[in-house]
Amino acid sequence: MITKRIIPCLDVRDGRVVKGVNFDSLRDVSSPVALAKFYSECGADELVFYDITASSDGRKLFTEILRDTAKEVFIPLTVGGGINTVADFDRVLKCGADKVSVNSGAIRNPNLVGEAAKLYGDQCVVLSVDIKRVNGVFRVFAKGGREDTGMEAIEWIKRCVGNGAGEVVVNSIDTDGVKKGFDLEMLDAVCNAINVPVIASGGAGKIDDFITLFKELPKVDAGLAASIFHFGEVKISDLKAEMAKNNIPTRNSGF
Amino acid sequence: MVAIVDYGVGNLFSLKSSFAAIGVEVIVTADPEVLKNADSIVLPGVGAFEDAAKKLRDSGLDKVLIQLAGSGKPLLGICLGMQLLFEKSYEYGEHTGLGLIKGSVKPIKDVIPAELKIPHIGWNPLEFKKETPMFSYINDGDCVYFVHSFYAVDCDASVVAVSEYGALLTAAVQNKNVFGCQFHPEKSGKVGLNILKAFAEIKENEIC
Repeated sequence: MITKRIIPCLDVRDGRVVKGVNFDSLRDVSSPVALAKFYSECGADELVFYDITASSDGRKLFTEILRDTAKEVFIPLTVGGGINTVADFDRVLKCGADKVSVNSGAIRNPNLVGEAAKLYGDQCVVLSVDIKRVNGVFRVFAKGGREDTGMEAIEWIKRCVGNGAGEVVVNSIDTDGVKKGFDLEMLDAVCNAINVPVIASGGAGKIDDFITLFKELPKVDAGLAASIFHFGEVKISDLKAEMAKNNIPTRNSGF
Repeated sequence: MVAIVDYGVGNLFSLKSSFAAIGVEVIVTADPEVLKNADSIVLPGVGAFEDAAKKLRDSGLDKVLIQLAGSGKPLLGICLGMQLLFEKSYEYGEHTGLGLIKGSVKPIKDVIPAELKIPHIGWNPLEFKKETPMFSYINDGDCVYFVHSFYAVDCDASVVAVSEYGALLTAAVQNKNVFGCQFHPEKSGKVGLNILKAFAEIKENEIC
């Protein structure tokens, strides 16, 4: 039985991990390599490194940090942020990333998902979507959630999966940073539309939020969060023990 | 020293780093002489079977690997590298493999329920079927990381572990000194590193 994945997300800027609350004020947390190693040893099933650097110097630093991490951490690494071309895929894959997550890059260049899937395989291409309700409709937002693209989210996701996106990260702007639980309504709508793994993001505040997610929506494959892990509000070992107690399949030993 | 076969398929960064992390000397090479002198060989692989098999044939590495495996050198195929060890694959057509293990490779969609997602991606527990030196340092039920759409069939004699994903899928195989993992030990945390460590400790001609 395949297990449900727990994925800490590390937002990296200028070589340090930060976390945006509602995508705004950023707080420094720790060293990416140390944090990645720590998470791997407490049972994280995968890590997401999100490059929120704007400068090319910062991007170079990010790539170095990714390489240092991949030398020491042997669980799947997904990289996102600043991925606009297949050359960007190549740059991070060479440094040890296993999957590459595209968001605004896929919106700007509608061929990116298809080209990357052809070169590196569907399993390598993760579509990340920031979604917010606008007049009751799920809409795709770009640029870190700041810009309404006007596109309907479910149609956008279906199109990208059709082009070869192998996994989808659904990030609800409506619940992100609020810590009142995942956006079950939005996730359900996405799960019913596609047949590739769906990763829930945005809104987890406590262990129960993950239990509710996997119990209510068995089709969701993974739960992603950042600050609650970084600040120790949720310990991954406690979360996994609770998942096991609730008969949710989880990788609970051999870290 | 462990030699990782470099035939232009897949990313070898993590695999190389994994051996370094367990203190095993490793070299990435396409040179038959280096392969001959290595203590053991790892055949990696990601992508399409047909393309990978062609690259092995075009470089002549297929014959080198068959000969070295025949002479008792430990060989470990990983993911597509494992599938290449079999006689043939039915991945988009019919293609010939190295034939070091009896059996063939077929799509998992033929055997799993339609609602399950393909590829099979994620952490899944191993169910041991037979004893193998590869598993000396891990336990039955330990989880490993899979990413695949095809799996090995008609290979009962060599299956050492399976994993359940709507059906029991071949997870690891062994035929004498030839080993294979469908999953990625280099992405399977401590469990994966312990599999690589156990493999690296197997001596040439130790298993006949």
